[in-house]
Amino acid sequence: MGVCIYFVLFNLRILNNLIMQIQENKSTLVVTPKDNDKIKKIWKTAGILLAITVVEFIMAFTMDRGLLLYILFIVLTVWKAKYIMMEFMHLGEEAKPLFYSIIIPLIFLVWLVIALMKEGTDIFLVRW
Amino acid sequence: MSAHATVIEVGSKRGTWGGGNEPFKASYGKLMMWFFLLSDIFTFAAFLIAYVATRVTYPAYEGSLENFSGSNEYWPVPELVFEALPFVHGIHAPLIFVGIMTFILIASSVTMVLAVEAGHRNDRDDVVKWMLWTLFGGITFLSCQAWEWNHFIHGTEGGTVLTYINGLNRLVTETVYGANLTVNEYGPASFANLFFFITGFHGFHVTIGIILLFLVFYQAAVGVYDRRGHYEMVEKIGLYWHFVDLVWVFVFTLFYLI
Repeated sequence: MGVCIYFVLFNLRILNNLIMQIQENKSTLVVTPKDNDKIKKIWKTAGILLAITVVEFIMAFTMDRGLLLYILFIVLTVWKAKYIMMEFMHLGEEAKPLFYSIIIPLIFLVWLVIALMKEGTDIFLVRW
Repeated sequence: MSAHATVIEVGSKRGTWGGGNEPFKASYGKLMMWFFLLSDIFTFAAFLIAYVATRVTYPAYEGSLENFSGSNEYWPVPELVFEALPFVHGIHAPLIFVGIMTFILIASSVTMVLAVEAGHRNDRDDVVKWMLWTLFGGITFLSCQAWEWNHFIHGTEGGTVLTYINGLNRLVTETVYGANLTVNEYGPASFANLFFFITGFHGFHVTIGIILLFLVFYQAAVGVYDRRGHYEMVEKIGLYWHFVDLVWVFVFTLFYLI
């Protein structure tokens, strides 16, 4: 019994120490005030992303399925990706060499798309 | 200390790549996170382009949407496959659930960028608050994903009558319910295989992301970053989390819209 009580009290003490540690750990860094323009810009980007998604949704139900719709979907998707990379990941604000070392390798994907689309279409012709 | 100190002369003629400066103006950790993400972009791009390439090897569904039924002869129409909602039964709600999931993931990306912004200001309370919201969004998204998979695997009540080669290499004709790696009631076998593989790999990234988000949340809450003097870790994990959102944008378009 005594051991039990001791054990509980001991654990409470650890917990208490942890809480005190957190409370006493007051920030030594200077907190700069909010820049409302920046925060407004973040919400504006969020609104644009949401609006594009809603437009895609409406298009999925109102337009006929076909090449035109697919191209529009892909254009809108790449547009969304641009917003996420530039505004949320701040790639546009990085130094130019870093920016280009991320963007330029993506050109290889263009070749992959062309090659595999050709391959897929050929398989379609052979199979059906 | 040695008696001869080596003095590196940094002349004004040195260019960006002449040494003695930082051409990328980013810390090691942030730079490596970017290059990791670049390699991950290639991985996901390979998967998604393979999906499109497989898809064009099958004919599209030609008939009217009302009479649609699954078949391994043509690729299914996504809005007729993903049309269920949790807690309600038998309601035709095309793409509503996945729309909600997309909204949740975008929202958690927004709260993440707000946490990064708070980190720049060294505002611990705000970082903790926004990290918690991001964590909440991530866990909700993963739960939705789990439900979606569950529904996809168990399938509809009616099922579909299909003729296919089963696991024992026999040609059989029977009613198929739900999906597995051999056969599924929605379309060709590769439709379910690619769905499991790509959304699964994305879900795995989300799971890792949630663990990382929790670590950052905890470390920010107990003041590790205050003692360190900067909140750059929030920014690095933020990059990863935005990347997960970025991939979902493409998965959403290719799997659910096209």
